[in-house]
Amino acid sequence: MGQTIKFTIDGTEVNGRPGQTIMEAADEAGVYIPRLCYLKELTPHGSCRVCTVIVNGRPQTACTQPIADGMTVENNTPELLEHRKNLVDMLFVEGNHFCMFCEKSGNCELQAMAYRLGILAPKYPFMFPTCEVDASHPDIFIDRNRCILCGRCVQASKDLDGKHVFDFVGRGVHKKIAVDAEAKLVDTDADVRDKAAEVCPVGAILKKHIGFSVPIGKRLYDQKPIGSEIEEKKMTKVKS
Amino acid sequence: MEKPKVATASLAGCFGCHMSVLDIDERILKLVELIRFDKSPINDIKEFTGRCLVGLIEGGCCNDENVHVLRNFREHCDILISLGDCAVNGGVPAMRNGIPLRECLEEAYLNGPTVYNPKKIIPNDKEIPLCLDKVYPCHHVVKIDYFLPGCPPSADTIWETLVALLNNKPLDLPYELIKYD
Repeated sequence: MGQTIKFTIDGTEVNGRPGQTIMEAADEAGVYIPRLCYLKELTPHGSCRVCTVIVNGRPQTACTQPIADGMTVENNTPELLEHRKNLVDMLFVEGNHFCMFCEKSGNCELQAMAYRLGILAPKYPFMFPTCEVDASHPDIFIDRNRCILCGRCVQASKDLDGKHVFDFVGRGVHKKIAVDAEAKLVDTDADVRDKAAEVCPVGAILKKHIGFSVPIGKRLYDQKPIGSEIEEKKMTKVKS
Repeated sequence: MEKPKVATASLAGCFGCHMSVLDIDERILKLVELIRFDKSPINDIKEFTGRCLVGLIEGGCCNDENVHVLRNFREHCDILISLGDCAVNGGVPAMRNGIPLRECLEEAYLNGPTVYNPKKIIPNDKEIPLCLDKVYPCHHVVKIDYFLPGCPPSADTIWETLVALLNNKPLDLPYELIKYD
């Protein structure tokens, strides 16, 4: 199984293994492809489209597209950057993302993506939707104002926790995260030790009692952009 | 040559962004060499004395007076900047956007746990600015040229921005200076 698949990302040759997706091979090679819904432990489903790359001239989600010999991938182009900015802009205006009082601020992947993309303000008008907060559970809360419908909690609950606490209901702008109970999260078998309670990229599902525990300046994305941890891999590789 | 003028206003904000302007510390001495403050709460000048190069707007629009001031700034300023999260996205005041205005007023003046209002009056004098149905970010009301997010934007962010604009340089903020909190 020592077979190597050679392809290029933005002109640089990358070696991958059979069965890998573009995202997996790029991560190993130290090339960061921006993403929001993707999480290593979960089955990728390409829903956020932020990881869209151009593969042999066609747009594909890097998290779901398997690599192939000789494939050319464009990742860091002005067009794709614009596309990603637009997607992140839309996520910001579709919800109520008020970072100034959000416990996730500084560790939020949506916020960090906007920082990385250099977004000073979304270009679309804010929708200010009305969303429900569910603080019924003693250890976890759901703030749907911040939900970006990535589906991580749905999958993590099902595939990693062996439960089915969360799922989507509704379609289009009415789509939202729901819990497997008549009314509230407290009526489900959700537990604070569940993987589903920690995979949320934003501040929509958070554990209670630990908010603001890390001071400003020491949070995940205060000093370095999201994706640096992957890009640094490449730098150490080059050095060694 | 006359120094370019900078005007500032605080709409539906907490004055935190103005505090951050003052937080440039001794650089304010350099700043007053470069510019003159026009209409601003910093010097308490109430009316514009003429055309301004830069207008800094803190806060979004929550009432008709805010809209009036904002439009007045747009008329008088070449460059209008949304300063801070409230101007950019409504911020904390916009938390009321999910609640009907009547409900907000009733909670504040009739039903709130600490309210003492035996005559059950919700203030409605025509001298009092009229609340808008929602709190609006500034760019929903007038054209805004630059956005400086942050709660508040750091003094360095404000300084770098003013220096770039006054020197006719493009505004290119480094990673550490773009923050939403």
